Amino acid sequence: MQLTLEFGGGLELLCESVKIHEVTVDLEAEETKLTMKQLLSWVRTNLIKERPEMFMKGDTVRPGVLVLVNDCDWELSGQLETMLEDKDVVVFISTLHGG
Amino acid sequence: MASEVAEETPKPRGGRFCTLCNARRAALKRPKTLEQICKECFYEVFEDEIHRVIVDNNLFRRGERVAIGASGGKDSTVLAYVLSELNRRHDYGLDLFLLSVDEGITGYRDDSLETVKRNEIQYGLPLKVVSYKQLYGWTMDEIVKLIGLKNNCTFCGVFRRQALDRGATLLKVDKLVTGHNADDIAETVLLNILRGDIARLSRCTFITTGEDGPIPRCKPFKYTYEKEIRNLTSASSWWRIYSPNAYRGFAREFIKDLERLRPRAILDIIKSGEDFRISTTTKMPEQGNCERCGYISSQKWCKACVLLEGLNRGLPKMGIGRSRGIDNERNKDVKETNGTKSLESKQCGSLDF
Repeated sequence: MQLTLEFGGGLELLCESVKIHEVTVDLEAEETKLTMKQLLSWVRTNLIKERPEMFMKGDTVRPGVLVLVNDCDWELSGQLETMLEDKDVVVFISTLHGG
Repeated sequence: MASEVAEETPKPRGGRFCTLCNARRAALKRPKTLEQICKECFYEVFEDEIHRVIVDNNLFRRGERVAIGASGGKDSTVLAYVLSELNRRHDYGLDLFLLSVDEGITGYRDDSLETVKRNEIQYGLPLKVVSYKQLYGWTMDEIVKLIGLKNNCTFCGVFRRQALDRGATLLKVDKLVTGHNADDIAETVLLNILRGDIARLSRCTFITTGEDGPIPRCKPFKYTYEKEIRNLTSASSWWRIYSPNAYRGFAREFIKDLERLRPRAILDIIKSGEDFRISTTTKMPEQGNCERCGYISSQKWCKACVLLEGLNRGLPKMGIGRSRGIDNERNKDVKETNGTKSLESKQCGSLDF
């Protein structure tokens, strides 16, 4: 599955200062969809190079990190349960630092 | 939370319509009201709310010159946009300016000063940049070279607060507005409680402060959630390069945790701060002026002058932190001298309020 992941508000510093990542996430056999929960653990393993605690807390994002799926707040799509599809755009923005 | 959304969704995601216009797909949920609304309606209610805050609190008077403290970060960028827009739309009759501080940190302000310069052009607001070097004779880089990465936030914070006031004086403005949002204020309420700083606790929730001073400050985003400001901006890469303030950071994260559990918590903390009544027998620090530079200070010298003295004498640790011993002595001292101001007795200006 191809996804566009964007990191902002400082989170890009955790993945080598690259803001936009075009990624291909391989699904488990027989699965056709990916949940945000699965994506987060994929991101943590594959993209986050330092200080993962700035990005995640437990199995979800750290409070203060805004998540948008196709420009829509993930609170409206079920947060961790949000089902992703091919070519979706997921944005992570930290609101924790700076004004 | 998931169960709220999962039902009756024709499309896999975000099938709900905006509760205000009922025409477009909802894109966000308002933390204050839990309403699910679309971006277009969001811009509208956001701007209307700020207008109401400005009108209800009489923040400005027609003809005033107003400086917007502009860091290039999201809050001040949105503030510059909203104020220039509302000033036009509702004919406030204000003369608006952008005021930026250059701390002299290599690479740090390059992006954000670019943003401020873009704002200058986009919103047609004249820009003034004041540098630490100009004001204090030191850049932050030079200070960090001398004192290292620990504690440099004390310098940066104290110097920044004064820099805005001094810049505002240079611009001859009547008022200074800053982009402090509801999260910032809730955080400061908590910090002032944790620090037992009663004087600041009573001040920090005021929407306008320093009305008796030369240049009052106000915070039009006092009731505005940081999350919503973030919603209005594309990702900006404002980030503290030098060590973040750990104590403040902890309070910040606590507030974000609370927000996740109950979004109203942020406004409720502000409300608690507003409703605090300090017993009349509590002795409050007297506000005076710094004997050296004239800036408001409850001490003989303001914090910036204490820090500068340390830097210039090669004793950069002067004025930072306090050991328990000194603290105890200080308390004794204050009691004995009964309210006379003593140097070093209190951290001033390490908060932005």
